[in-house]
Formats: sequence, C-alpha cells, structure tokens
Amino acid sequence: MFGYYFELALCSLKRNKVLTALMVLAIALGIGASMTTLTVLHVLSGDPLPDKSAKLYYPQLDPRDLSGMHPGAEPPNQVSWMDGMNLLKAGRADRQALMTGGAVAIQPAESAIDPFFEDARFTTRDFFSMFDVPFQYGHAWGKAEDDNDARLVVLSQRINDKLFGGVDSTGKTLRMGGKDFRIVGVLDSWRPTPHFYDLTTGNYSESEGVYLPLLTAIDLKFPFNGSRDCWGNGTNADMKTGLCTWMQFWVQLDTPAKASAYKQFLINYSSQQKSLGVYQREPNVRLRGLMQWLDYSKVVPSDVHLQLWLALGFLVVCLVNTVGLMLAKFLRRSGELGVRRALGASRGSVFAQLLVEAGTVGLVGGIGGLLLAVLGLWFVRMQPSDYAALAHLDLPMLAATFFLAVSATLVAGLLPAWRACVLAPAPQLKAA
Amino acid sequence: MSMQIRPILASLRKHRIPAILIVLEIALACAVLCNAVFMIGQRVSDIRLPNAIDQAGLSSIEVQGTDPKQAGDDIPRNLAALRAIAGVKAVTAMNALPLTNYTWNGGLSTHPDKDMLNKRIVGMQEYLYTAGGGKALGLKVLQGRFFNADESAGSKLDSFMPAGHVVLITQSLARKFWPHGSAVGKMLYLGDKFSYTVVGVVADVLRPNRSGQGEQSFYYSAFFPLQPNDSALSTYVVRSAPADRDRVLREGIKALSTLAPNAVVKGRTFSDIRDKYFADMRSMAWMLVLVCAVMLAVTAFGIVGLTSFWVGQRRRQIGIRRAVGATRGQILGYFRTENFLLSTAGVLIGMLLAFGINLYLMQHYEMSRMPWYYLPTGAVTLWLLGQLAVLGPALRAASVSPVEATRSA
Repeated sequence: MFGYYFELALCSLKRNKVLTALMVLAIALGIGASMTTLTVLHVLSGDPLPDKSAKLYYPQLDPRDLSGMHPGAEPPNQVSWMDGMNLLKAGRADRQALMTGGAVAIQPAESAIDPFFEDARFTTRDFFSMFDVPFQYGHAWGKAEDDNDARLVVLSQRINDKLFGGVDSTGKTLRMGGKDFRIVGVLDSWRPTPHFYDLTTGNYSESEGVYLPLLTAIDLKFPFNGSRDCWGNGTNADMKTGLCTWMQFWVQLDTPAKASAYKQFLINYSSQQKSLGVYQREPNVRLRGLMQWLDYSKVVPSDVHLQLWLALGFLVVCLVNTVGLMLAKFLRRSGELGVRRALGASRGSVFAQLLVEAGTVGLVGGIGGLLLAVLGLWFVRMQPSDYAALAHLDLPMLAATFFLAVSATLVAGLLPAWRACVLAPAPQLKAA
Repeated sequence: MSMQIRPILASLRKHRIPAILIVLEIALACAVLCNAVFMIGQRVSDIRLPNAIDQAGLSSIEVQGTDPKQAGDDIPRNLAALRAIAGVKAVTAMNALPLTNYTWNGGLSTHPDKDMLNKRIVGMQEYLYTAGGGKALGLKVLQGRFFNADESAGSKLDSFMPAGHVVLITQSLARKFWPHGSAVGKMLYLGDKFSYTVVGVVADVLRPNRSGQGEQSFYYSAFFPLQPNDSALSTYVVRSAPADRDRVLREGIKALSTLAPNAVVKGRTFSDIRDKYFADMRSMAWMLVLVCAVMLAVTAFGIVGLTSFWVGQRRRQIGIRRAVGATRGQILGYFRTENFLLSTAGVLIGMLLAFGINLYLMQHYEMSRMPWYYLPTGAVTLWLLGQLAVLGPALRAASVSPVEATRSA
C-alpha cells in the first residue's frame, strides 16, 4: 500500500513542478538554517570530556577583603597562589592540578624558523592524567620535577610538527625565553571544546602549544596569559600573595561522597584561614562540576542562541508557507480524491495517501536542507570567531536533520490532508 | 474600494483556512523581520562607534620576549629607530590599544578612601604612554592640555598604577564623575596611595573591549604618562599619513626585528585591529540580512501560491463578474484589496508578536528594548511585499475572459 501511495505521490508532485519546487525549497531553507544553527549550538555546548566530566570539579574560594561585599555574592572565578598551593599540598582529592595560562618565546635551534610566541600552560603534573590527555611520545613529568624547578617541557602535536617535523623529539632540547628545556613528552592531537580548564584565555581557544611545570615557569617569570583580579594592596608585581586571584585549580573526585567531603574540606579550610586572620569574609565556597561550571560561566555566546531562535522562527515561517501551498495543492485535487472516495477508498486511506505525499516532500526537502546545512556550516567555518573551525556536522545531527524535516512536513501536511479527506465526494464528482 | 470590502469579507469567510494561513504567515514574517532588523541595526551602530584617535594613520607593533630588565635601554632605542623612518609623524610606547582585547583595568574615585569600602570607584581602562603619546595617538583635547615633559619623565609604574600625579580622562568618564561642571583641575584617587589631577578631558576613546555595565562604559578610558623604562610598554604606536601607513609599518617591523633578533615582533594597522574586533558582529549582521531576505522571498512565494490557487478556484465567479460588467481594473482591485485586508490583520498580530519576542530576548539575552518605529516599518514592508506578491495572480485573474462564466468550472 505504501509503495502505491508513494507512486501516486510522485505522479502528483510531477504534475505541478513549480508548486512542488516551492514547497521543497521552503522546507530545505528552513531545515538548512535550523540545522546549521543547531549544529553550532550542539558543538559549542558539548561535553569536553564525556568520559570524565562527571568526576571533575572546580573549587572556588573567597579570599577577598570586605570591600564591596554583599550577601550571596559568588566567590572569584579563580584562586590565589597561596590558596592554590595550600589546596595542592593538602592533596585531599583523587587528583588535583594548579595551573595558569602563559606565553613563551620559542627560539628554535635551526635559523630556518624565526622565533615565535606560543601560548603555554604552566601546570602541575596531574593535569595530564586528570584530563586524560593523550600522549604520542614520552610521558608527563613526575612528582619530583613538579617540586624542584625542573626545566622540562611537553609539546603539543602541532608544535612538534612545526619544530621537529612530527618525529619523536623526546630527549631533545628546546630553547624558550633564553633557557634550555628538555622535551619529555609530545601530545597526540587534543582540543577539548570548550577550553574548559581555563576560560579566561578564550572559551573556545585552541589547546596550548607547550606545557611547563608551574614552579619552573613562575620562577623564570615567564609572561602570564589570562585574567587577574586583585584587591586591597594586591599588585601585579608579587603574584605569590593571597591578594590576587589568577590561577585555576581542578580536582578529580571519583564518587559523590568524596565530592561532598571535599566541599566540607573547603569550608573548613576557609574557616581556618579566617581564624588565622588571612581571610576576612565568612567561608564562601563553591564546588561546581565541570558541566555546571561551563553553564555558570555562560560559555556559549549569546549570538549563537539568538541565531538559533531566528532560524527556528524562519523554519516556522517556512512551514506555515508549506501548509498553505499543500492545502492549495490538495484542494485543487478534490475532484480526483472524490473519484477515489466514490470507488470505495476510506477516508483513512485518502488521508494516508496525502500524508505519504507530504512525507515525500519532507524527505526531498530534508536532502536539500542537508546540503544547505553543509553549505551553511562551511560558511560558519569561514567566520573569524574562535569557535568557527569546530562547526562540523556529526552523525546524530545528520539523523536529526532528516527526522526534523520529515516530521515537520508531516505535521504541516496534517491540516491540508484532513481538509481534503473530509470533503464529501458527491459534490466534487458533480463539479468534475 | 470600500464598496468591495463587504463581498471580500464574505468570500474570505468561506475560505477561512487559506485566509488564516496568509495572515499567520505575514504575522510571523513581520515579527521575525522587526527583531532581525533591530539586531542588524544594533550591530551596525556598534561597528560604527566613534573612537577619537587617528584611526586611519595608526599602526601598532608588538615586541614580546625581551628581557624586562633591559626595558629602560630598549624602549628609547626602539622609539628612536621608529622615529627615523621616513613618513613617521610621531611615535609612542604604550601598554595597550583600543579594541585589542588586551585590557588593563583600573579604578578611580573622586574620594580618597582608607576603609576600602568605597562604592564610588569607577572601573576604567588605564592607557599608559610615553612622552608625546597624546599627539601620536591623535587624541582630541576638549578641555585642558596634554602632559608636559616633566610629568612624562617623572612617572613610574608602582605595581599596577602609575605613580605620577596627572591623568587625562575621556569625556564620558568626566561626565560620570562630574555630571555638572568641568573636570579639569579636579582630583581622582585610588585608595589613599594614589592621587591624580585631571589635566585635560579628551574626546571619547574606546576601551580594549566592552566590559562593565551600560553603553557608556565602553568609553571609560584614562591616560597616564609613563617614563620609557617599563616592560609593560610593549606596544609601539606609529602615526603616519594614511598613504604611508603600510610601508611605515613594514619598515618599522623590520627595524625592531633587527634591533631585537630574539624577540617576537608583530605589527598591525589600527584599521586591521578595528576590523578584527568587529568581525564577528559584521558576519552576524550579514547573516541576519540573508535570513531576512530569504524569509521575505519565502513569504512572497507563499502568498503567490495561495492566491493563485484561489484565483484558479474562482475563475467562473470572476467570469460572471466580468460578464455582468466589472472592468479588469475592478477585478485587479478586488484581489489587491483582499490582500491588503489580510496583510493588515497579519501585521497587527505581527507587531504584537514582535514586541513579545523582543521582551523575551531582553529577559534572556543582552538585548535592549526595540524602539517603537521598527514596528510600523516592518508593517509597511510586509504590506508592500503582499501587494507585490499578489500582483501576478491578480493580473491573471483580471485577464479571465467573460466567456469563462458560461463554462462549467
């Protein structure tokens, strides 16, 4: 039966090519626009570490003075050097890493490559194991190297390709900021999206090119990248006080019980700091999970949301348009439908026939929409925003495109099909 | 025309569903159009924000990766090298430039505060420049004067605020501190440690990025003199005639790279900086334009489709009207009036819907209230679109011959 209806649908669609083309085009445009924006939103609001994100937490403390305090205020988005070091040394979590963004001048040995600046991450070693960072060659540095200012570096795949043509460079020396560093590891390609562990250097920025032990980089006074908030007499000059927040501290807590214990630990730590006179405010801590942290930080640009709303509005306009065109088409065929009814077809089967026709339009429109979405995403990738390069169609979104196209057209076809099948056959036959 | 309205309403009542669909289509298109055009307008006005420096003649050269201890020697040497390039009118070394996203936020208040509970501190961008920087940037002094040589030579950076005692502020910042009366000669403070006399007010200069609350805060900038010995001054600003600019920039990069072979030297014209800053907005604006155009086209085709169907259905009735004496013009008028009535209903609903969408967006996103005139503008656009779309089918209707009346359907 379905096959027969499908044949009928094709016949009918062929009969009035302009009208069919208009319907298909309207569906394709609406679906194309919606799928482009939905895909961008889907990519941008994705989970950067799907296997791990449930166990990662971002502690926030409130070491500020009393100036500008109001009840219910959120603690700063970063930690101070002092708090970061204290929490790191306490080691209460399953894994923990203290880090900051930075930049280094890389001075390659071969004169063929000019010196260049590269974004760097200054971090303690758990960064790699906690975030499941994949290694191509070598490994992370060890506990001892974290503590004794070791001149070691881990390179990203991109930098290793640029400097060493992609071969195993571990054990070689790299000159940075006028000092020699030994390469201990090279990462495989790794770009978590969003750049969750440090949003101050850009929500969707690329992963850094080089990774250095935190203490080494700070002691060499390598340039800092990110944002810094100071209060009271805190200054840029001595970042090692507790009067500026500028570092990110991440912990891995394997069970919810450990997470609530860790939160209690943060409260206890804050009270202790207050009783020591270091903190002035009452304990004000947060322990957000990774996804909560992204949500709280509103990483998805509001332009992307606006675009989605606009595209959905556009899709509705296109669908209403299709409803109108389909109604015109179906009612024009009242005579033919009257004959079918008179020959014994039930209302249900006429209804089914018309819906198959609507679905066919949806399917063709979906294919058109898919092509337009691919084109639209290509266009998005040409854009200058830092998330542009990430806009690719994936399998779930591809399936969603067809589902949306067909179901939207079926819904659009309901009213016209119903109107057409409730017409009494006799007057139609007479008129014809 | 008014004679025709009653029969039109009667016939619309018979074709309720197609009529409702046209109204709905116009209403939705009107609502989306008003909001999209408003968003385009907002972005265009952002892209065009005035910025009172010599935007066409400035280039910036960044020098990174030099030894901070050498800054006292490096900066005067680099400035001299840049000044020696033919066509260079003025140079200065700065900590940051507008629209570079490299912020250097500070706070100032009209009162010194010891208790640190001061709520009067206003956040602003600190621009630091070496002697002659005001001229190099092309700042426009509205009141007061630039810094003199003594003031420039005597100021060092104490942690993150300059230890000098003079400041230039933008007009917007001056108005924020002193809504009435002149700012020149007044004092600004940060804590009890830093105090500055306002020596001049300059026309508004943008911050490195939009931060803080409200439109006006984008213009909260203050300029301080600094002696050329601090590594924070890593941006060299070169002013030339716009025609010389690209060559001067190339030669400048070359000169500084030769002086500091291990440093990373990068140069950009200010036009490039501004273009890059607003690139996202520009592409969003173009996307909105595209969506609007396609949506209007879809709506127009929808009207054409439905009206054609309508005309086809009523060929016999049109024939009868023609046979009993209606002119072609009257038939044309009939369909145009019909469309006008449907469009009117559509835009009335559409304007309400547009207003509602704007309210929703205001609540959830950083959106301001849509000025009222967007609504009638959108309405008129859709009226015109409707009339244009109906013209084809209506002409076809008008060409129906009276003979049609004698045929059975």
